[in-house]
Amino acid sequence: MATTAVGAAFLLLLLLPFSISIPQPISDSHRSAASNLFNQISPSLEDAYEALRVFEILAIEKKPLDTADTCKKVLENLGSSSPLKDVFYALKVNGILKCNIDGTIFKDIASRLKATLHDASTLLDIYYSVGSLVLIKDQASDVDVLLTDANGIFHSIKALSQSDGRWRYSSDNPESSTYASGLALEGLSGVISLASSEIDQSKVSIVKNGIVKLFDSIEKYDDGAFYFDEKFVRGSEPQGSLSTTSSVVRGVNAFAAVTSGKINLPGDTILGLAKFFLSIGIPGDAKDFFNQVESLSFLDSNRISIPLILSLPETVYSLTKKGQFKVKVSTVFGSAAPPLTVKLVRAFSTGAKDSAIIDSKELQYNQESGFHFLDSFPKNVDVGTYVFVLEIVLHDSESENVYATGGQIHVPIYVIGVIKVGNAEIAVLDSDLGNVETHNTLDLSGNDIVSLSANHLQKLRLSFQLETPNGRVFKPHQAFLKLHHETKIEHIFLVGNTGKKFEIIFDFLGLVEKLFYLSGKYDIELTVGDAVMENSFSRLLGHVELDLPEAPEKAARPPLPPVDPYSRYGPNAEINHIFRAPEKRPPQKLSLVFLGLILLPFIGFLVGLLRLGVNLKNFPGSTVPATFATLFHLGLAAVLLLYVLFWLKLDLFTTLKTLGLLGVFTMFFGHRILSYLALTSTKLKSA
Amino acid sequence: MARTSSSSSPSSSSSITKDAQDLLRALWSAYSATPTNLKIIDLYVAFAVFTALLQVVYMALVGTFPFNSFLSGVLSCVGTAVLAVCLRIQVNKENKEFKDLAPERAFADFVLCNVVLHLVIINFLG
Repeated sequence: MATTAVGAAFLLLLLLPFSISIPQPISDSHRSAASNLFNQISPSLEDAYEALRVFEILAIEKKPLDTADTCKKVLENLGSSSPLKDVFYALKVNGILKCNIDGTIFKDIASRLKATLHDASTLLDIYYSVGSLVLIKDQASDVDVLLTDANGIFHSIKALSQSDGRWRYSSDNPESSTYASGLALEGLSGVISLASSEIDQSKVSIVKNGIVKLFDSIEKYDDGAFYFDEKFVRGSEPQGSLSTTSSVVRGVNAFAAVTSGKINLPGDTILGLAKFFLSIGIPGDAKDFFNQVESLSFLDSNRISIPLILSLPETVYSLTKKGQFKVKVSTVFGSAAPPLTVKLVRAFSTGAKDSAIIDSKELQYNQESGFHFLDSFPKNVDVGTYVFVLEIVLHDSESENVYATGGQIHVPIYVIGVIKVGNAEIAVLDSDLGNVETHNTLDLSGNDIVSLSANHLQKLRLSFQLETPNGRVFKPHQAFLKLHHETKIEHIFLVGNTGKKFEIIFDFLGLVEKLFYLSGKYDIELTVGDAVMENSFSRLLGHVELDLPEAPEKAARPPLPPVDPYSRYGPNAEINHIFRAPEKRPPQKLSLVFLGLILLPFIGFLVGLLRLGVNLKNFPGSTVPATFATLFHLGLAAVLLLYVLFWLKLDLFTTLKTLGLLGVFTMFFGHRILSYLALTSTKLKSA
Repeated sequence: MARTSSSSSPSSSSSITKDAQDLLRALWSAYSATPTNLKIIDLYVAFAVFTALLQVVYMALVGTFPFNSFLSGVLSCVGTAVLAVCLRIQVNKENKEFKDLAPERAFADFVLCNVVLHLVIINFLG
């Protein structure tokens, strides 16, 4: 088991340089995913807007929601008491759906928004107000939305910015946020477009510098994707890297649209951002989908540089099927790129980085399919992993400023083929001299199995040869031999090689302990596999009856078979409590006999008393002493009765309490009667 | 005196037994002279001791398992015997030491001590 783990880890390590992923542009699978994802629309207008916008960008005909219902909701939310966020999104939805909204409603909202802007202090309030006013400007041309105090509002937004290019949400929140920067830039662009008088150009260039500063904090993945990320900011929802990056892209795009002149951002950054969005694939969440698609649409049409994506339909080429190496260059949405040529700068094997198998070749272009292809694969290419370095060369040198191509692109390619497995043989050898007892040649492509038998004094040898299609030595990632015992205990061994020949020898004398001294039938299973091997196999070779000696006392026990997972949660075994063995009691009859015997002395005492002539003559005659005497005796009897009850069921405390009472009672009467008796006896003596 | 010489021939064992019998008879007649109340107390002591002996025999037969019960039983007998002996000493008119102690007082002490003893005994009996 450890060896399998080692093999798997080794495999992963080999694949690390191949973690460069080639992004695929937006395709029809995106469109079908969108129709599925936006099926259930929540009642919120924000979600409705996102769905509508996605369908608009991807040019999906079907509407994601009921227009009449949504228009009703829009009307509801354009009321005078609706919160700013709802007004904003209602206007956004209206922009796409174009519901029938009365002009007066727009006028009311516009005046309300202008009043709010006058006192607004937080970034979000300003953002929603300005955004709503811009939307009203597009939807109702007769409403006056121009801002008289544009400079003031510009200033109040700018006041929330920080030196590192980020923005704060409000003046009393010290933490800055990248997400807020996107919102702020959108807000600023809105102010510029709504300004009745010209905004000071120096201020605009300060913001442009701020944008460049903001992009200094951009983060990068190894494969060239750029993104913005942000840690949790107090006072707002946590934003992931996707929503933060989309917010920045939205803001920068809006700002670039309303200002003249260029923003100093390198084309590679734009391409990196496009790669980031494309590398997500097809998001499963509606909001992520919206962010991805909208940001890509902004990147596709931005004024700085438009990214061109190089994609491959497949990166695995089979030597047996003799496919063709094809690439496609397109925009992020899969539309046609401007005229260009793809050059294969060089191709080399990952194992031999210095020697190139292909050097400086131009790929041919197929007009119908839109692919650039390599007309002929070089002959001497063997199975293995390669890196192809490609470069996009635009035909029109002017377009170099418009498009971002990304320089040299490294593409990992797998070349796979059929590995020849030959000269397979299995033999049982005599341990001392190496004489062959039984020998079988195996046909590893077939299905037949062999039956062997061996004892602990013999050896088992398996050997075979592996060869690439070009006749070279091949070392696969996995070459394991598994011995599987009938009691489900398995042992896995690595098959080593010298050159082309793979051989493993089992010396059973040394292996008895590892095999836990278990004799019996073992299945032999051979596994040979590699990523570039088309015919990887895991095959039962046959059985071997092993006769091993008895396990000595100290030998390790074989491990228990794996516990059936269902039985693990079943009821536990019944616990048998072991109690102290009860003491031996005498037979009941004996005890009863002795009970009778004990009474004998008492009877003897009574008899003796009678014989002595005991009488009650001294019992006082007159009433008062008589009562005292009787009460005294009664008291004593009561005490004795109390003792019996105490033994039977009472506890000490009750007994003591009662005893106290009875004792006092008895002592009182006893004292009286005894003193009376003493008095009478002294009278008699003196008399 | 041939009869006396012929009468000296009986065996030593019979003389021993005759001596023992004479001794016992003498003891018995001396004892009969004791006052009745002392005889009652003596009878009581004999009763208690005999009961204790019976309990010991029982324990020897069946083992000491509830040892506390055994102890309690034996101690009850022995304790009450001891108290009775004390009573006898105090009540005995021939005892010069306790001349001015009223026998009723001694009896009261006897009763009280017995009550306390038996409380403890019953508690320990289990």
